Amino acid sequence: MTPSNARSTALMAPALAWLTALMVVPCGLILALGFFRRGIYGGIEYTFTLENFGLLLDPLYAGIFLTSARIAGTATLIAVVIGYAAAYAIAAAPRHRQPFLLFLAVLPFWSNYLIRTYAWIVLLNREGLITQGLRMIGYEGEPPSLLYTEGAVITGLVYNYLPFVILACYAPLSRLNPEMAEASRDLGASPFTTFRRVILPMTLHGIAAGAVFVFVLSIGNFITPALLGGGRFQMIGNLVYAQFLTANDWPFGAALSMALIAIMMGLLTLQAMAAERGSGDRREVADG
Amino acid sequence: MAERSPATRRGLRFVLGGVFAFLYLPIAVLVALSFNEGGMPTAWTGFSAKWYGALLSNGDILSAAGNTLIVGTVSTLVATVLGTLLALGIETRRRKGRALEALVFAPMIIPDIVLAIALLSFFSLLKVPMGLHTIVVSHVVFNLAFVSAVVRARLKTFDWSVTEASLDLGASAFTTFRRVTLPLILPAVIAGALLAFTLSVDEFIIAFFTAGAGRASTTLPMQIFAMIRFGVTPEINALATIVMLVSVSALTLAQRLNKGVIAP
Repeated sequence: MTPSNARSTALMAPALAWLTALMVVPCGLILALGFFRRGIYGGIEYTFTLENFGLLLDPLYAGIFLTSARIAGTATLIAVVIGYAAAYAIAAAPRHRQPFLLFLAVLPFWSNYLIRTYAWIVLLNREGLITQGLRMIGYEGEPPSLLYTEGAVITGLVYNYLPFVILACYAPLSRLNPEMAEASRDLGASPFTTFRRVILPMTLHGIAAGAVFVFVLSIGNFITPALLGGGRFQMIGNLVYAQFLTANDWPFGAALSMALIAIMMGLLTLQAMAAERGSGDRREVADG
Repeated sequence: MAERSPATRRGLRFVLGGVFAFLYLPIAVLVALSFNEGGMPTAWTGFSAKWYGALLSNGDILSAAGNTLIVGTVSTLVATVLGTLLALGIETRRRKGRALEALVFAPMIIPDIVLAIALLSFFSLLKVPMGLHTIVVSHVVFNLAFVSAVVRARLKTFDWSVTEASLDLGASAFTTFRRVTLPLILPAVIAGALLAFTLSVDEFIIAFFTAGAGRASTTLPMQIFAMIRFGVTPEINALATIVMLVSVSALTLAQRLNKGVIAP
């Protein structure tokens, strides 16, 4: 097949039509829906309004945004620290073993999300393994409530998204030129200084990419808060879910999901800008 | 990387061991409990496969599994054809557009909940009756994006001179595709299809929103979600073990066929 724009377009057409009809148009619809009013009986009244976006600033909903951001932020921080350490360890392993280790680290990410979350219910519930373990080492009395806590939600999020951070951090770590770190050491820098001033800045874009995804996927999550938080912790995902399936306020649900998309786009743009700057720095280093 | 002291190497091994334990122990516990005769996590009463037998007599689970197979198979077939053609189209195009890249990348990064409610609004405003067919067409959206990403990665290293040779020797464009291009990219296409099948079989949120009312179009993840809400049962452990086994086998096969599908 030789390059030919007409044929290329024909090849792309079915898929692009599919994406347009079932992604672009529905998402455009949601965008429009956010500017309409909720009907008296839960339907949609086609009069223009900005109320739904104003409602986002209502203390009740702003509070849910803040709770979501706190939970997602904590999960992101923990996932980045553990994920970076794991990626560093994989990149330091013998070269021929790295692909297998990475595969093992990423495999869970592509498997069933519900089941991976359920596994933590098995561990954390009152009759679960952690309580059993405590009893075995002589703990008596009321078992601690581990499930349905903020900690459980954060654990579930870290568990589910950790593989993604490992993957994102591994890419720059594996490309790191060992001579850079050696040069830094030869010039008298301590291992910590070498890490902070040489290795970390050169791998920051990997961390940023991993962090953005964990944060965005966490803040919009509704399975983990529902199952591990027992519905006590409302996150934006749960709020969107409720507007569509129980509260029947679709326009507000639409406005909420637009906010979610806006947060994601904003963070992705920041991350892309950071990556651009990072590659600029590297070029300067290479030229100089 | 550079030489490391034995202490550093031990430390790194410790980190890796800890992370792998964190990732795999919860699943291992689940699998072990699914074979526990008594069914309770409190005591090991002996090895038994009876909970797997119990699944076979559970009509709800069997019909959900049937629905999931239909959704997974049909959406994978459609997505594999569309995604492969898309990849060929993009990679043979002279002009690369940012808008096009964003469009084919979007289904992979858009939060599930947003796509789910967008499709629900879309189908209900158009008064499309919802059921298995709406789940299928919705799953094709993200599946085709993943298939095309896998095939595109393969095409980046594709030697187009072999197709030129075929055309020069008088083969038609279609024959060239069927006899030259397709056999060369087939491992990537199959790997992409396996990934799509796994994603579809495991997908819960979009299916949940586009299934419509009633139990007729309940998929396996929807069934599992409903069961989990009633607590931990040995049946879920057994079912979860089977689902994990299917996913992990498909993903491992995909990675073997085409390195880079799920990890570089």
